[in-house]
Amino acid sequence: MMRAIVRGIDERLGTARMTREILNKVFPDHWSFMLGEVILYCFIILVVTGVYLTLFFDASQQEVLYAGSYVPLQGVEMSRAYASALDITFSVRSGLVIRQVHHWAALLFVASMLAHVLRTFFTGAFRKPRELNWAVGVTLLVLALVNGFTGYSMIDDQLSGTGLRIGYSIVLAIPFIGPWLSSLLLGGEFPGPDILSRLFVLHVMIVPSIITLLIVIHLVILVRQKHTQFPGKGRRENNVIGLRMWPTYAMKATGVFFLTSATLAALGGLVQINPIWIFGPFRVADVSSASQPDWYVGWLEGALRLMPAWELRAWGFEIPNPFYPALLLSGLTFGVLYAWPWLEARFTGDHEIHHLLDRPSERPVRTSLGLGTLTFFGVLFIAGSDDVLAVWLDVSVNTVIRILQLLTIVSPILVFLISRRVMNRRLQKRKERGEGPPVRVGHSRWEALVAVLLAAGLVFVTVSSLSSKSPSDLPETWTAEANAGLTGKQLYDAACAQCHGERLEGIFGPAMGPNTDSVQMSDTLLQAIVFSGIGKMPPMPGVLTEEQVQAVILYVRQVQAE
Amino acid sequence: MHETKAPQVGFGVTILAGIGLLVLYAAGGHPQLEGLLWFYALAGLGVGIVTGAIRYLPQEHTEEERHPLLSSDEMIAAAKADLRRADAPEGAPDKERRTVLRLLGGAFAALGAALVFPIRSLGPDPSDDLRETPFAHGVRLVTVDGAPIGSDQLGVGEVVTAFPEGHTTAADAPTLLIRFDEGRFFPVRGREDWVASGLVAYSKICTHAACAVGLYENVTGVLLCPCHQSTYDVNDGARPTFGPATRALPQLPIAIDSEGFVVAQSDYPEPVGPGYWDRTNNL
Repeated sequence: MMRAIVRGIDERLGTARMTREILNKVFPDHWSFMLGEVILYCFIILVVTGVYLTLFFDASQQEVLYAGSYVPLQGVEMSRAYASALDITFSVRSGLVIRQVHHWAALLFVASMLAHVLRTFFTGAFRKPRELNWAVGVTLLVLALVNGFTGYSMIDDQLSGTGLRIGYSIVLAIPFIGPWLSSLLLGGEFPGPDILSRLFVLHVMIVPSIITLLIVIHLVILVRQKHTQFPGKGRRENNVIGLRMWPTYAMKATGVFFLTSATLAALGGLVQINPIWIFGPFRVADVSSASQPDWYVGWLEGALRLMPAWELRAWGFEIPNPFYPALLLSGLTFGVLYAWPWLEARFTGDHEIHHLLDRPSERPVRTSLGLGTLTFFGVLFIAGSDDVLAVWLDVSVNTVIRILQLLTIVSPILVFLISRRVMNRRLQKRKERGEGPPVRVGHSRWEALVAVLLAAGLVFVTVSSLSSKSPSDLPETWTAEANAGLTGKQLYDAACAQCHGERLEGIFGPAMGPNTDSVQMSDTLLQAIVFSGIGKMPPMPGVLTEEQVQAVILYVRQVQAE
Repeated sequence: MHETKAPQVGFGVTILAGIGLLVLYAAGGHPQLEGLLWFYALAGLGVGIVTGAIRYLPQEHTEEERHPLLSSDEMIAAAKADLRRADAPEGAPDKERRTVLRLLGGAFAALGAALVFPIRSLGPDPSDDLRETPFAHGVRLVTVDGAPIGSDQLGVGEVVTAFPEGHTTAADAPTLLIRFDEGRFFPVRGREDWVASGLVAYSKICTHAACAVGLYENVTGVLLCPCHQSTYDVNDGARPTFGPATRALPQLPIAIDSEGFVVAQSDYPEPVGPGYWDRTNNL
């Protein structure tokens, strides 16, 4: 039966030869080659979880009064998009886990891409004949960033609305076409009547389709050109040594897919991410002070913060300030990234075909340039949290910004010079001793990798089960009746601690401990804030009775006095 | 890896976790436990498959030849010859053929241009939208709940976010109405009559990247934008004093109407919010 089917297919398509080619493809056995695979697995998980979420999400800007199961926001006016995201979180069974797995997968998707790009860069894998595939890869990175941004922007909570408005300002800053372009994107002036539906169609259809197409192209080129490999015993430019696709490699790769999924499942179930119910619906006059984008936008955020107050104005026209850190910088970054294989070939005069990889330590200039660039973006990334850093170090934000501005310029240059010098010296010494490059023993590192992944996963699971709270438990306990008989501290822990911190140190909401503004606020004012809400703090009538609010305030006063 | 029972244990864990998930789902679900059980189900599978592949499948490495991708000279020549098939056959009217080709190019260009026009439908002309807010002569400033604001409502150093009456969700309209400290406030020259009864009104939209300038330190009279830390001096025309913002927050000229409520004298005299290419043109 089976045989007849296979034969029938082969008779019509002649598939045996193609199948053999795929089954026999050789994969070099080095752990760093798996980073690319992890990207693919993240993408598969993103598509699967994303399809599930699409079945429930409603990207509509129509204003509704929320009547879902999350008590603190009941009766609050919000878009249907935000309301449906809350429903996914609180009413759809497994919805919260899948939403969080989706978000974590997006973070890991970009993180593994970055790691893969770095591997390719530092080992020279982008060199001829792989320049085209490098360019396809850089495009995939750009699209991943775009889709991450459209994804968390379309939920229409306070945080995403703030991010979107910054994004709008950046588009508006484009010389000449900025105003028109932003109007065409949004369907009008911010926020525009069509923004959510357009973000939605970009996020679930257009960008993912292009990503899928480019992944296929990336892999077809990879198969055609065959893998690179590190130099070593028996490894030459005209061969490639490793495990064949079938059966061992395919099985191991499948195993790694499940290990990646397992890690993401643990993260999604146990480590809270983007708690949209805390931020509240987007209000044009409000802002969440802990507005932090996803990690991969951190460098842009930092660049915006560090840019001095300067812009070009002439003849009645201007190129506004956000243009330089956001558009000029990212344009340059990705421009250089795209052009790098050709730039390097031009500077080194090396136009040969390379299938054997470089060891990073033997390419002092390239490696040092890479490290310097990483330092630059590292400083920008840190600057993206300069306010948090200032609180942490107990210095003013102004001081932190001045120091980081200096570091942005100085540290990449220093890192480059020091690293080049150290590496050149080590190469020189090796040469003087007449040693060749260290020869790697070609043993498998799969076991080590599996062990590391597993250990990391277990640590995550343990740590986060000990420290995480369950948001979905809140609706049940957050009603005035259910709260009857609780002390001020118990009420605070149940209703307030998630935002204001267990010791009033502040998390998403402001700190309220000793030496904060709230010490000066009257009890009446605090009570009014609790009942009517303020900024991103949701109003809580029906959650706590008047006596209960007073009990909470009494408790807060006790802590403030300590 | 030779004596390991990891595959058996792994798959066993997956079976147990899978059954656990079924039970959990039927019982009403629980995010943390779901995550934990998914982890065990998937990790068991992953560990089982990887260790199984190491224990039960061949591990020997293979050498595969790599051949140059560059095509042979004959192949390139043949391909060129194939392409040349498009050359005009002997005796065809060469001139006419060229004209037809040009027309074909023109046809595609015209079609392409026609296909581009619908893009214009995506959004309206932005120039007026960007300059105007719903504020106008005599329009009352109201709170987010729509209540008009009395001239004596704020104490010194207090601030309220105000909107034009009937437009409490307009994104370009949020305005900070502040009772300033008479001893420290210096009106910008020419704007002495833009303030009324100790109140001054500035746009709440940051001129840097359009965040709401949400933090006010009433002791120093400093407004701080929490997004990128631009600061503005309320007592000095909301001039930027730190951070990336290059321009002062636009000031709304206000007055007190006959019933004692705060009203706008006009719309903002300049566009609010972040800069753009022709912001200062045709003001």
